[in-house]
Amino acid sequence: MKNLSHLIQQAALLCCLVIVLSISANAASPQSILGGYEAEAKIQDQHFQEFSAKRGQLLFQSTNTTGKPETPSCTTCHSKDPSSAGRTRAEKEISPMALSRSPQRYNDLKKVEKWFRRNCKSVLGRVCSPLEKGDFITFMINQ
Amino acid sequence: MFSTPKMSILIAVLILWGPTEASADERYKPIKDEVVSKECGACHMAFQPQMLPKRSWVKIMDELPNHFGEDASLDKATSERIKKYLVSNAADAGWLGGKFMRGIKDDMTPLRITEAPYWIREHNDEVPSRAWSDPKVKTKANCLACHPRATRGNYDDD
Repeated sequence: MKNLSHLIQQAALLCCLVIVLSISANAASPQSILGGYEAEAKIQDQHFQEFSAKRGQLLFQSTNTTGKPETPSCTTCHSKDPSSAGRTRAEKEISPMALSRSPQRYNDLKKVEKWFRRNCKSVLGRVCSPLEKGDFITFMINQ
Repeated sequence: MFSTPKMSILIAVLILWGPTEASADERYKPIKDEVVSKECGACHMAFQPQMLPKRSWVKIMDELPNHFGEDASLDKATSERIKKYLVSNAADAGWLGGKFMRGIKDDMTPLRITEAPYWIREHNDEVPSRAWSDPKVKTKANCLACHPRATRGNYDDD
């Protein structure tokens, strides 16, 4: 009997371990995503030092004419204040960009990359550089 | 001949069934594929595929990098999966065309549901033009402003 309960306990522990490991394999943290962009930024520019929240803020607030006319700025949909919710052009609410208001953000590299790909194209008419992505996230995680 | 039990059952069924059908007039099958709901519902309500012909969905899905003025591109596997779902549930997917096929000529490929003749007819008669400029509505893509159960395929509200 004692042996059996010991076995069950061990099996339960093993199950927990497997679950924890499989979750952490898919999830990333804002820091690990930034780490990836930092490595890419260093390849593009040997003089890269660090990401800048100030540059990220300027990018977020910039008005552009190179992208699609419907979306000249990130703020067109995300609102000027990263702590406020935004609205898509089809009137769907977008959760705030500031990490403090939306802790679920910047945790999934695939998702982060998907939205940079789409929105940099829509707003700037081109892909964003690793430096721009890192600056942007640095600004948002400090908000 | 109406006195046979079979016939009276049939008549009873028709009487009971008729009104239910009439009151459930503007109902569409809710989207069952999670990927379709999630991806199509990221920026706007995920519209039911029964509202456009197959050829419209193919064109929309093939032009995602320029989706009504925005880049809505997806990886190939995801966009193919979504296209397949939309096409197999489109207005003309059944052997009897759905009501959204009404007035759509063979050479027409509407890209907006709001351009489909059926949609236009249903809204022109009932919706005053000032309703569209209401700050709660803003765009014709915002079905939920007036149809709060639209995500579940229920557009009965008037």
